[in-house]
Amino acid sequence: MLRLDCMRAVYSELERCLVVTIMGATAAELHSLGHRPNFFYLQHAMGLASSTGLGLALCLPEQKVVVLDGDGSLLMNLGSLSTMARYRPGNLAHIVFDNESLLSVGGFPTATSTGTDLEGIARASGIPKALTVRTVEDFKTAVRDAFGQNQLTTIVAKVKATGPAGYVTDLSLLENRFQFRRHIQSLKRS
Amino acid sequence: MPVSLAASKVIFEALKECDVRLISALPETWLVHLIRMADDDPQVTLVRLAKEEEGVGLSAGAHLAGVKSAMLMQNHGFLASINGIVSFAHLYKIPLLMLISYRGTFGERDPWQTQGGNVTESILRSMAIPYSILDEPGVVAKRIRQAQTLAESSLQPVALLLTRDLMWEE
Repeated sequence: MLRLDCMRAVYSELERCLVVTIMGATAAELHSLGHRPNFFYLQHAMGLASSTGLGLALCLPEQKVVVLDGDGSLLMNLGSLSTMARYRPGNLAHIVFDNESLLSVGGFPTATSTGTDLEGIARASGIPKALTVRTVEDFKTAVRDAFGQNQLTTIVAKVKATGPAGYVTDLSLLENRFQFRRHIQSLKRS
Repeated sequence: MPVSLAASKVIFEALKECDVRLISALPETWLVHLIRMADDDPQVTLVRLAKEEEGVGLSAGAHLAGVKSAMLMQNHGFLASINGIVSFAHLYKIPLLMLISYRGTFGERDPWQTQGGNVTESILRSMAIPYSILDEPGVVAKRIRQAQTLAESSLQPVALLLTRDLMWEE
């Protein structure tokens, strides 16, 4: 399963969400499908995408928030799972693309390649629903269910360790950040 | 416990006056009253963290959502948050209002707290984070207001160091 195919499968649903991605290939691939003002790409600060999503979800209970996380990033901030589980906003979907690799920094294998089970860690941390998917169809269903059931869900999507040739996009970090915030302000007015 | 309830109250009221609605915290002795006050206040969302760096993400999310926030932590927690501050708050121009208990200075009895105090201010300075030392309740409300004003106008992290003289009654 390819991460890009997963994103493409739910791309139309992401239109109605606030989306926070991790850096590198994940950001570049979502951007390649077409940037939208409701997408925020956290191009550094590995591990904090989930914390950012939690902040957004707690402050904006009317909005659906999606975090596109990765195994390398989540392993740097496993405590985030326990914090998310503690407050468990139903409007937050936590998607972890697990390619068992620190792909964006050279493809070094992460601990999920030697047996660390992120779904198991999420469940044991108290995340109300945690599952692993291996097909695009299952991924799509899991994302729909996460919001349909209004339940904090960690979806571990097992994907191949492949990505785009480069990660730099034509969207500057600050432009993205100001546009994203302005978009949220416009949602509040409407 | 000789943590000053009065000073904690002044700090918490000042944060409320500044319209702070989300507070992230990692418990430590000097912050116990503040954390309880945040927990008891229905207008404030308290997020108890596993590690202080998460608070950078929480506050960034809150800022992007248009909500004012504050972070409560010990100076060792600030030290644990440095990469998040640099590679998120500085990189993306995110205001952070950091209230940091200033352990390991004159009067510190706990041997394990003594190293953080040696480096806190020099690290704040080297990170170009504006900071102020709060050691007297009379200035607290004004200084917190000023700190938040600067954070919001400059879109950068600012720090208030909560000292023993302010937080501890012996």
